[in-house]
Amino acid sequence: MISSLDPALMEIVLLSLQVSGTALLLSTLIGIPLGAAMGLSRFAGRRLVIALLYTGMGFPPVVVGLFVYLMLSRTGPFGQLNTPLIPDLFTPGAMVVAQTIISFPLVAGFTMAAVMGVDPALKLQVQSLGATRWQTTLSILVEARIGVIVSVIAGFGSIISEVGAVMMVGGNIEGSTRVLTTAIVLETRKGNFDLAIAIGIVLLSISFLTNVAMLRLQGRTFDE
Amino acid sequence: MNDFVYRLQNVTKAYDGRRVLQVDHLKIQRGEVFSLVGPSGAGKSTLLRLLNFLEPPTAGRIRFLDVEFGPNQPVPLRLRRRVTTVFQRPLLLNRSVEANVAYGLGLRGLRDPDDEVAQALRQVGLTDLARQRARTLSGGEAQRVALARAIVLKPDVLLLDEPTANLDPYNVGLIEEIVQELNQTRNVTLVLVTHNVFQAKRLAHRVALMLEGQVVEVADVEGFFESPSDPRTDAFVRGEMVY
Ligand SMILES: Nc1ncnc2c1ncn2[C@@H]1O[C@H](COP(=O)(O)OP(=O)(O)O)[C@@H](O)[C@H]1O
Ligand SMILES: [Mg+2]
Repeated sequence: MISSLDPALMEIVLLSLQVSGTALLLSTLIGIPLGAAMGLSRFAGRRLVIALLYTGMGFPPVVVGLFVYLMLSRTGPFGQLNTPLIPDLFTPGAMVVAQTIISFPLVAGFTMAAVMGVDPALKLQVQSLGATRWQTTLSILVEARIGVIVSVIAGFGSIISEVGAVMMVGGNIEGSTRVLTTAIVLETRKGNFDLAIAIGIVLLSISFLTNVAMLRLQGRTFDE
Repeated sequence: MNDFVYRLQNVTKAYDGRRVLQVDHLKIQRGEVFSLVGPSGAGKSTLLRLLNFLEPPTAGRIRFLDVEFGPNQPVPLRLRRRVTTVFQRPLLLNRSVEANVAYGLGLRGLRDPDDEVAQALRQVGLTDLARQRARTLSGGEAQRVALARAIVLKPDVLLLDEPTANLDPYNVGLIEEIVQELNQTRNVTLVLVTHNVFQAKRLAHRVALMLEGQVVEVADVEGFFESPSDPRTDAFVRGEMVY
């Protein structure tokens, strides 16, 4: 069944991975440095940023979708700018923006926790061995590496299975913004339960593999 | 001997307005073993952090080699890297033993540190454990790896903050031997903080007593133990100090 539907389904799978993969890459680029900074330095306003991060970690994706929708719509503040840097609504780019906003607080929050779990005395020790600020941060991240990888996987898990935001800002357009989750919604509505289930199995497999990877790594943190 | 590695003048350190260190004058000579003793909370570790430039002083001047620093002057990396500290806990990275020993060389951009690492491990008698994960070592082995990781850098000054406080007599003996040899054959200046007055007696050329952030007395090792000039030193070396 899954194989008989190959081309259309493959396109959806690929787009899902592309959108969530790009969003994850952006989240990692934002989230890891942010999490490391939060975990390692003390500055005015740090508590506020942490509170915002924690809020972001539990933010309903559909509200993020609404926010991005309003920002990017023709009459919204960014929609009017008309630069190629800012994607239009109902494009994969818009979905990437929404998913990045959903997942980067998770990456940052878990990275921060991982970094804070490293013995604070180790920071002094590596500095004493001659580490610069950058080298210190990098060394602590390497020390917290398993927690950092878990943060990236958690970020991925939060967006690959997310439906509310991609539906709103992507529009579920066939051949352009239809991803696994929105395809399931659509096929179910049309009564194509077989197809919906087939896509569900693909999504479940991706989710399952991600979670297995995460659990194995978390297990390793405790074993070591 | 006028060859000083450190000269401190009116150095103070305060945390949140509370002054925990006040050293009016202190000189540490090149090639000596200088021991800091005193009850816990006296400011010994704080002084070592200043000597390693891990924190700036709140006020005063620290002259290191031929450069002088105050509270607001950043210490160039090149100078900071001539000093390193071995702390009471080994604080190893979660990597292999050899990766730990190679760590500081890597920071300095050295690409192929194998020979240096092997030599340092030989010095601490741990050649056989090179490939082992640092987490699996005993306390004594871990502290010797920490020592190897420091001496592989060939520092001018090695700061030791109660390096043997948690160890068995065998490892205490080994570590004392290694640092003594380092001092005698490579002329490395040692600043040794210890709770153990016998260790100070065994290793130090000069000893200083710290109390409540201040250096109460500095003297040659014999003078310090045999004829201290300050009654508080006398009480301390005779184990009568209440703390
Ligand atoms: N980072 C810090 N923040 C606040 N107080 C500190 C800090 N480091 C040390 N102190 C205080 O400074 C005093 C001296 O501490 P320390 O130098 O560790 O003493 P010692 O090594 O002689 O036991 C103590 O009262 C300690 O609580
Ligand atoms: Mg101390």
